[in-house]
Amino acid sequence: MKLIDILQTANSNMFRSRLRTFLTIIAIFIGAFTLTLTNGIGAGVASYIDEQLGNIGAKDMLIIQPKNSNPFGESTSTPQKYEEGQSVTNTGGISMTLLNQNDLDKIRSTPGIVSADFDISVAPNYISGPNSDKFKFTASSYYDGVNISLKAGSIPNNHTDEKQILLTSDFPTVLGFESPEKAIGQNVSVGIKTPTGEQKVVYAKVVGVQEKTLMSMGGLQLNSPLISELHTLQTEGLPADATNKQPIITARFDQSLNDKQLEQLKKTLNEKGYNAITIEDQIGIIKQVIDAVIAVLNFFAGIALLAASFGIVNTLLMAVQERTKEIGLMKAMGMSSRKVFLLFSTEAMLLGFWGSLIGSLAGVTVGLVANKVATDTFLKDLVGFELTSFPLLSIFVIMFIIMMIAFLAGTLPARRASKKDPIEALRYE
Amino acid sequence: MWVSSQPNTEAKSIVKIDVLIYNSRNHMSVISAKKITRVYGKKESAFKALDNINLDIKQGESIAIIGKSGSGKSTLMHLLALLDTPTSGSLFINDQDSGKLSKKELDNLRNQSFGFVFQQFFLNSNNSVLENVILPLKIAGMDRKDRTKRGLEALRSVDLADKAKNKASDLSGGQKQRVCIARALINNPSIIFADEPTGNLDSQTGNKIENLLFKLNKEQGITLIIVTHDDELAKRCSRQINLKDGKVINRGKK
Ligand SMILES: Nc1ncnc2c1ncn2[C@@H]1O[C@H](COP(=O)(O)OP(=O)(O)OP(=O)(O)O)[C@@H](O)[C@H]1O
Ligand SMILES: [Mg+2]
Repeated sequence: MKLIDILQTANSNMFRSRLRTFLTIIAIFIGAFTLTLTNGIGAGVASYIDEQLGNIGAKDMLIIQPKNSNPFGESTSTPQKYEEGQSVTNTGGISMTLLNQNDLDKIRSTPGIVSADFDISVAPNYISGPNSDKFKFTASSYYDGVNISLKAGSIPNNHTDEKQILLTSDFPTVLGFESPEKAIGQNVSVGIKTPTGEQKVVYAKVVGVQEKTLMSMGGLQLNSPLISELHTLQTEGLPADATNKQPIITARFDQSLNDKQLEQLKKTLNEKGYNAITIEDQIGIIKQVIDAVIAVLNFFAGIALLAASFGIVNTLLMAVQERTKEIGLMKAMGMSSRKVFLLFSTEAMLLGFWGSLIGSLAGVTVGLVANKVATDTFLKDLVGFELTSFPLLSIFVIMFIIMMIAFLAGTLPARRASKKDPIEALRYE
Repeated sequence: MWVSSQPNTEAKSIVKIDVLIYNSRNHMSVISAKKITRVYGKKESAFKALDNINLDIKQGESIAIIGKSGSGKSTLMHLLALLDTPTSGSLFINDQDSGKLSKKELDNLRNQSFGFVFQQFFLNSNNSVLENVILPLKIAGMDRKDRTKRGLEALRSVDLADKAKNKASDLSGGQKQRVCIARALINNPSIIFADEPTGNLDSQTGNKIENLLFKLNKEQGITLIIVTHDDELAKRCSRQINLKDGKVINRGKK
């Protein structure tokens, strides 16, 4: 029998028991659908993150925290020894070890570090514009060299006396500006409370409006004069010892360091008791989380495919049983056992083929629709963000893998078919 | 005269030529069985379905295998058709020891030289009549175009050319058996094996099928080996082999 005839015969055999074939294909469909969708999301997010990483800038920046301190604070299960001079802050039940001047000096003296400063965190309570409505916001420092995709205006300048602020794209309109462009050069007021509870207001100039990106999730970016002013007000009247402590130090390292030397620098800082990561590392963490989620989803897709392969075995065993006479007849007419095997394993692969084809197509369709909905709504401001991405190659790979699984599942029934004795098959009632 | 009695292959080929010169085509033996025995099962449950059968069938003969139910008729036919191997004894096809043929050679032999008709039709009811008829050619790996042409020819010879496109399940019993005959002769076989070809048909339709088979025998010289319960059919054959409990009890010539 020619290969094309085997293919055609297997395909038409498959549709002889439509409902059964349909039910078997559903299981494969679910597996293929999930795999396509999760990989699509994975690829979409990964490419966005890569793009973000590509234009993040400030590649020479290290974010330094005390070792054992993580962004979520410490929740140690075993009591840890208090070291003399160590400061701890407690926010909402989560305690964080703080860095002091001594730490700063130690970091500054580390070879490879060009400069280091406290990352001053300020907590203003509102921002308000022309319409005098007050809005909550998160303030973060603008770091020199960080690339920002601007919608209007320019990036803040840290080397000036002027207090500057960079808004994100959703702020100008709510603050009462006609458009992002109209906000540039205008003053906004930032409210902050002193330790004694007194409400103070600082005026800042809007220098730019940025697109929402992964990097802008940190909130509005303030230049250093504005940050210092707010910090002064925030710590007004407190002893100097209490103000010179921060959870994070940002440092710049020598840009001529290669990857290996940078690793060495991180290691040195680690030995000194600090945890140093670059912005790239930080985004890498997001990627790791997404990768983990995708791995879990792929695991479930794998289980669906495992179930599907039992479905294939079951369906084909039934088919072999039903077609016993037909197999006997074909063998009597000189069809070799090898070709009988091929006929049934081809049918298994075709089940895999149709299931994975329909599943991938559905996965791509749903992915594209979800992407459209997402980018039109909650991801609207994340310019350039594609929730899903479907490279053709990865779809082919998924289909190929599923067809291989189907083939393997088909070997058992196909073997049984090829082993049938023509006489017994012809006598079979 | 038997090839197996010749010790070396050179001698074998000489004998083969001798046979060809000595026998006209119509007298050459296509199948010969030497002391074949078929035992089903093992040990206590062992059952001798065929016991020491010797048989020599010449090209162009029509053989009826008759006997009571359970006497071993089908068993014998399956052995002669190379669908089964004897427990002991040997079988020669065109003077070649079938026991020495590879699986592939056996498959090819059945595919190219044998035609089969069974009491049950074994037609694929989902497929068209034509598709059913050309199955042996499909197995042989023939092109679609050629096999369709041959299929239509075969259907014409059984007067069913107009049903080629119909589903096999749409036909009457007699028509179905004619389709089976068309399928059996599509590869221009030298032997047609038929296991109770008229068993499921009324006598009139059965007659038609018989006529068809004997026409092939006369006009194309196809050897017929027919298993039957029907005395009328058996008498039309050139020779009857009467089986009883796995043994040949008479060999009558017409
Ligand atoms: N696979 C088998 N295992 C055990 N016994 C078998 C097997 N096949 C056939 N037999 C036995 O061998 C004997 C001959 O069977 P066979 O089918 O050749 O009879 P038959 O002459 O064709 O009968 P019928 O006219 O009913 O078709 C029977 O007794 C049968 O029970
Ligand atoms: Mg029988």
